Amino acid sequence: MASHGIRDRVAIVGMGCTPFREHWDKSLDDLLIDAAGLAFDSAGVTKDDLDAYWFGTSQSAASGISLATPLRLSGKPVTRVENYCATGSEALRQACYAVASGAYDSAMAIGAEKVKDGGYQGLNAFPIPTDGTNRTLTAAAMYSLILPAYAERYGVDEDELRRVVARIAEKNHYNGARNPLAQFRRETSAEAICEMPAVAGRLSVFDCAGVADGAAAAIVVRAEEAHRYTDRPLYVKALSLVAGDSSGLIDPDYDFTTLPECAAAATDAYAQAGITDPRAELALAEVHDCFTPTELVLMEDLGFSEPGTAWRDVLDGTFDLDGDLPVNTDGGLKSFGHPVGASGLRMHYEAWIQLRDRAPEERRVDLRGRTKALIHNLGGYPGEMLSFVGIVGSELD
Amino acid sequence: MTETMGILAYGAHVPYRRLDRAAISDVMGSGGGQGWRSVASFDQDTTTMGVEAARQALAATDLDPEALWFSTVAPAYLDKTNATTVHAALRLDAAASALDLGGAVRSSVGALRSALTGPGRTLVVSSDLRVGLPTSADESLGGDAAAAVLTGSAADGPLLAEYLGGASATAEFLDRWRTPGDVTSRTWEERFGEEAYRPLVEQAWAAALADVGLAADDIDTAIVTGLHGRAVKRLGGRLGVAVADDLIDTVGNSGAAHPALLLADALDTADAGRVVALVVLADGVEVLVFRSTDALAAGRPSRSVAAQVEDRADVAYPTYLAWRGLLEVQPPNRPAPNRISASASLRRSDWKHGFVGSKDATTGTTHLPPSRVGIGGGAVDDMEPAPMADTEGTIVTFTVDRLAYSPSPPIVFAVVDFDGGGRMPIELTDVDPAEVAVGGRVAMTFRRLHSADGIHNYFWKARPVRG
Repeated sequence: MASHGIRDRVAIVGMGCTPFREHWDKSLDDLLIDAAGLAFDSAGVTKDDLDAYWFGTSQSAASGISLATPLRLSGKPVTRVENYCATGSEALRQACYAVASGAYDSAMAIGAEKVKDGGYQGLNAFPIPTDGTNRTLTAAAMYSLILPAYAERYGVDEDELRRVVARIAEKNHYNGARNPLAQFRRETSAEAICEMPAVAGRLSVFDCAGVADGAAAAIVVRAEEAHRYTDRPLYVKALSLVAGDSSGLIDPDYDFTTLPECAAAATDAYAQAGITDPRAELALAEVHDCFTPTELVLMEDLGFSEPGTAWRDVLDGTFDLDGDLPVNTDGGLKSFGHPVGASGLRMHYEAWIQLRDRAPEERRVDLRGRTKALIHNLGGYPGEMLSFVGIVGSELD
Repeated sequence: MTETMGILAYGAHVPYRRLDRAAISDVMGSGGGQGWRSVASFDQDTTTMGVEAARQALAATDLDPEALWFSTVAPAYLDKTNATTVHAALRLDAAASALDLGGAVRSSVGALRSALTGPGRTLVVSSDLRVGLPTSADESLGGDAAAAVLTGSAADGPLLAEYLGGASATAEFLDRWRTPGDVTSRTWEERFGEEAYRPLVEQAWAAALADVGLAADDIDTAIVTGLHGRAVKRLGGRLGVAVADDLIDTVGNSGAAHPALLLADALDTADAGRVVALVVLADGVEVLVFRSTDALAAGRPSRSVAAQVEDRADVAYPTYLAWRGLLEVQPPNRPAPNRISASASLRRSDWKHGFVGSKDATTGTTHLPPSRVGIGGGAVDDMEPAPMADTEGTIVTFTVDRLAYSPSPPIVFAVVDFDGGGRMPIELTDVDPAEVAVGGRVAMTFRRLHSADGIHNYFWKARPVRG
């Protein structure tokens, strides 16, 4: 299988991200107009300057018309994309490929989700007619299966492991408390999280991503044109997507301690970007912390920790804001909530400001000469998952 | 020459849950009594209980029914046949007809008599779910259960019990009635019914003895049952025959299911050559006389009635009320499931109703649900059916979901590896979250997951195998 990548052929030259909130006073259209406007301003362009648009939303709207109408885009190719919780990253991936192909000179990827108009807590899949035999478990419960499996495989005490994942939530809330775009801006201690009642397996509400409305957008152009728009573009080093075949739910060899689709996407992305030692080469990583156990095993699947050792690295502070490899420096899904279509682009937004020294002082990563960031965005469940891994960098290789 | 007709196989289902009758008066200040009644779980109805009883019966024989008669007075559907659901869960041949015989409690014993006197192999399934208003006698004395009897002739295979004959007496009188749409029954004063039944019992009993050419002394055991408890007790005691335990103390009276349930219980323990008379008081009296055979000992189902009576756990009275819809409790703040698709359900009926996966003919990997393309390579449509309903499995990992929608939260969910291959994450039922452990053993059971738009969503769950 060939995966050649488009390293350094496309650059991000503008981005925008709305605050992620319970936006009772904003519609999907409002969020799209706000995020697009921030991105246009960031790149110094107007809507008419861009050649094509990709709009990622999971359940809030359908078709390109639902972006073309609020922005009043006239005569443009506008495509709606959907790929579970990786929808935002998928929109960016499509826009980048379109520009890299030469079909267009410029494009916007925009993702948005209006979750809070549904009247229920949590994300709810929209109903596809079925024979009624589908699993009805919540995502929280599916991800809760990781903890006992990991504890068993690596001989970690279950109570200890519970504290480890609470520590992940503590870290992400620490970072989110320093981010004005985040929804939850209060620090929370691991001890307090451990004392909360369980809602799924041993997970408490604070082991789960919140729910929010939000939108984010990126403008991409051919790399050689980037400096026409900004002095500090971000170059796209890798874009990888792996959709699993759900064999983890059928195959008795799958043990719920790893997310193989994420590991495969990471391997592909590192090859595209020419990265051989991600822990040493990456300045930061934004990963899909939908539930705290997810971030734990991602540290291993993304190659940041050896299998069975991430729990120790978490306790050692390796992934803290001032750690060896800061992870989820913007606060992650834990602090932002998860407007499905927007989250992937929100993660890229953090790389956009950190690698270009635009992050607020109180959570600015010490880059130590490192110029690349990893963005990981997944959809689905352990055993039945798709994963995006992207790498961006502030320098041409 | 007429072949001897009789019972080729039988089985019963007593639900796992019990209501301690004392719990009723603890909450309500009245009602209740002593002992326990059986309680269908929130995910059971008469159809699913009927499936479990029928699976017990058919697992004990190689014979296929040529017809399926399903009798209940608490049908999951009207207009639509419920027997077809049982038929699908049992994976019977399309040529085997499936009929509902309902409306009155008497229908179930009538179905049994008709099957025993008609040609062919007929699986008679009776099932009932008895509901009474809180503190009523029907609430505490009722029970939920199902039983199945495969009837046929000696030419079909060894009979476990021969049908010797019987008699019937019929009269029109108002003892117990329910208008369509009502959940509970109403009754006339007790004394009237007892007197109305008295001559009918005498008439039918005498006629039955004459029909089989036996004297009362030749009858080893009489099973006497009916929803008029006082008449059953008083009039049964006058037959001059030892009367079998009626399971009222441990199961309650399971109405339409009770005659076959008690018959199954009797056959579970009867020696060869015992004569058993089934006497059913229901708008008249039906008497059926059987004699057990040498084949009985080898033909019993794997789970006796007594074993199922023992395998139990109490349900709290308010929970019971909520399960029956008599107490409305706040559901989780999640959308309730949508109705299922009729066409999708038909396409996948083998999976949905029969729990038939597929097995890759090349790699041997079992796929649950069935798949046209296998994992790990191989050709398209290189699959064989993999019936898994009777395969037990082991819990690999599990979780308790307190967020997901369920008619009775929380959901206990386990990843199950089936013996001989095949894995599936599946909901557990009849389970206390605290008893679930990795390595625990489970068996499959047919359940109703939820209902929406008047459509019941039937599928399989796993239940712990205990003891």
